Amino acid sequence: MNARTENAVIQTALQQAHDHHLSNAHLDALEEETIFILREVAAAFERPALLFSGGKDSLVMLKCAEKAFGVGRIPYPLLMIDTGHNFPEVTDFRDQRAKELGAELIVRNVEDSMARGTVRLAHPGESRNVHQSVTLLEAIEEFRFDALIGGARRDEEKARAKERIFSHRDSFGQWQPKAQRPELWTLFNTRLQQGEHFRVFPISNWTELDVWQYIARENIALPSIYYTHQREVVDRRGLLVPVTELTPPRDGETVQVRDVRFRTVGDITCTCPVESLAATPDDIVIETLAAEVSERGATRMDDKTSDASMEKRKKDGYF
Amino acid sequence: MTVAELSPTAQDTRSALRLITCGSVDDGKSTLIGRLLVDSKAVLQDHLAGVQRHGQTDLALLTDGLSAEREQGITIDVAYRYFSTEARKFIIGDAPGHEQYTRNMVTAASSADAAVVLVDATKLNWADAALQLLPQTRRHSLLLKLLRVPSIVFAVNKLDAVEDSAVAFRHITDALQAFAAQAEIPVTAVVPVSALKGWNVVDASEHAGWCDYNGPTLLEILEGLPVTPSDTALPFAFAVQWVEKFSGSSDTSQGRRVFWGRVATGSVQPGQSVRIMPNGQTAVVAQVLNHVRNPQAVTAGHSAGIVLDREVDVSRGDWLLAVEDGSPATLEAKREIRATVAWLDDETLVPGRVYWALHGHRWVKAKIKRIVHRLDIHTLAEEDAQQLEPNAIGHIELALQEPLATLPFERSRTLGSLVLVDTASHRTSGALLVL
Repeated sequence: MNARTENAVIQTALQQAHDHHLSNAHLDALEEETIFILREVAAAFERPALLFSGGKDSLVMLKCAEKAFGVGRIPYPLLMIDTGHNFPEVTDFRDQRAKELGAELIVRNVEDSMARGTVRLAHPGESRNVHQSVTLLEAIEEFRFDALIGGARRDEEKARAKERIFSHRDSFGQWQPKAQRPELWTLFNTRLQQGEHFRVFPISNWTELDVWQYIARENIALPSIYYTHQREVVDRRGLLVPVTELTPPRDGETVQVRDVRFRTVGDITCTCPVESLAATPDDIVIETLAAEVSERGATRMDDKTSDASMEKRKKDGYF
Repeated sequence: MTVAELSPTAQDTRSALRLITCGSVDDGKSTLIGRLLVDSKAVLQDHLAGVQRHGQTDLALLTDGLSAEREQGITIDVAYRYFSTEARKFIIGDAPGHEQYTRNMVTAASSADAAVVLVDATKLNWADAALQLLPQTRRHSLLLKLLRVPSIVFAVNKLDAVEDSAVAFRHITDALQAFAAQAEIPVTAVVPVSALKGWNVVDASEHAGWCDYNGPTLLEILEGLPVTPSDTALPFAFAVQWVEKFSGSSDTSQGRRVFWGRVATGSVQPGQSVRIMPNGQTAVVAQVLNHVRNPQAVTAGHSAGIVLDREVDVSRGDWLLAVEDGSPATLEAKREIRATVAWLDDETLVPGRVYWALHGHRWVKAKIKRIVHRLDIHTLAEEDAQQLEPNAIGHIELALQEPLATLPFERSRTLGSLVLVDTASHRTSGALLVL
């Protein structure tokens, strides 16, 4: 993802894009690695589940799962931890996609945890994103899941860059970065004690660019908000905060209509779009190559609080 | 940036080189990776802004992502980073230097195509023509050789900080070459660098001839290294990873089950006779699917789905092995193996203990019969030992609960590698390389 983009090069690329055959040795290798890991989870664990949000990374994993097991044969349920603050375009897409695949979709809600009293917000406007960990651990206990497959990538964040593909979690769901199991060759030690589980990251080695190239190559359908659309936003310290019922403009802020798309989707209260006119995966590949700010840096309000915030959250059981 | 990279559908035959950096603490590994990323324009603005310390850019902070690492200023676990140049893509594992984190270095090395061993010139008695290398340089080089990392590059760092960089580079190079020759470590290149200042890492022009060195920069060397070839020349061997059953049918004739896995050695096509390990039954391959279910022959390193011509008892963990002219080709299953072990657990290895051993997708119980010897990493001498301490390397003999078809690790990474797992703690305790 180099920062230098020259118009002439882009124009040549766009013209040639249509003329070439689909061949990318690197994507082939990543796909094969992902399929190998997805099959290993199916075989090595008794009750795995695949975390499915309807976002681009989980849709790439689903595509690989279709290839690994055949359409309609994905041998584990899909699990969504819903904060109740999701973009409707994404949740609708999630439900439709699960139905098309004939997959079992389990949704567990942070709001139910709040009703049970296991999640308490510091104040009503607080982001529910971090509280997903509680609901997730409750779902793990309810269904006795022993492996949860997630679409996290090592290029997203420094703590994630340190995590193993098969990441051992103790009975509190905690990641112990100093005591990770060695991961030698492709010999994955999947042994568990009672109450422990694994988080498994089959697309660890993919970058944002790889994901978009794969989406383009495989014609993977995505929720519409990944592509350019007009949206009311306010500019808050460089982030374009979407104007919604949950995130109204603050006093003194001017609401503007901008051409935007989402680079990542998540909880409405902490996910921001970027300015863009990209309407197709090909457009986004080129935008990604030219990007000067990372996916999370451009879009997430909750990662900026401290350099170690993701690590701390993972130690607390977060994905 | 290339046209191939810009266009999502254009031909892009660049494969990724899996690379690790290793060396002692404070030799500048994280700084070197930061330098590679920054000078090849692979670092985004917000990440660069996040590594400012006292008004200066601290490149090591780009990879040291754990809070304990930032507190202590050391690398604890492997960080994986990704970048690409016009010539190729790279996956870099930044491995820790501390002896206590050897297991993490071994983790990174087991999947690496190439390794850069950093040598800190300021820590050596560089003016001495017969200088001693640091123990970690020897240990890491030895581990890389044992693990068969195909390309090993020594990068002599901090030469900008010594009085006579040309003399220092010459003496250190001589010491490295002498050690490598003694230990039979294949050395691809020795290159002088300053990770801090960026000399000879990505760009050479300004400092051509520095240290009397006129060769390629580190990045130029890395761009030319090969990826690890698969074991295609050996007979076919395949570990069954996942059995796909077509439920809802009582028909158990040909084609009712597909055995998925990765071809370890050789290649497979319809008509191949195979023996199933451990039960010894034989069958003929009726159909081979690639990972997207198109019928075709599949070679080592790739996933395959295999359908046999008859109903035989095959389950996850079993091996399908080539049979030529009615007799098994080279592979014999044995109940006892001898192996080099890299001991990774905090608990000491003692003879008599039973561990889980994982070979391919098969778990068997393995008992440590005896420690043949321990390797002295300073002298490479084989010494008597009653136990192996954490991070030790030695030779051991094991008795297996069930026979396994192995090959020496020197001949096949897949058939020659196992891990040992502690039956009580479930920790991954040892890396085994079959002798």
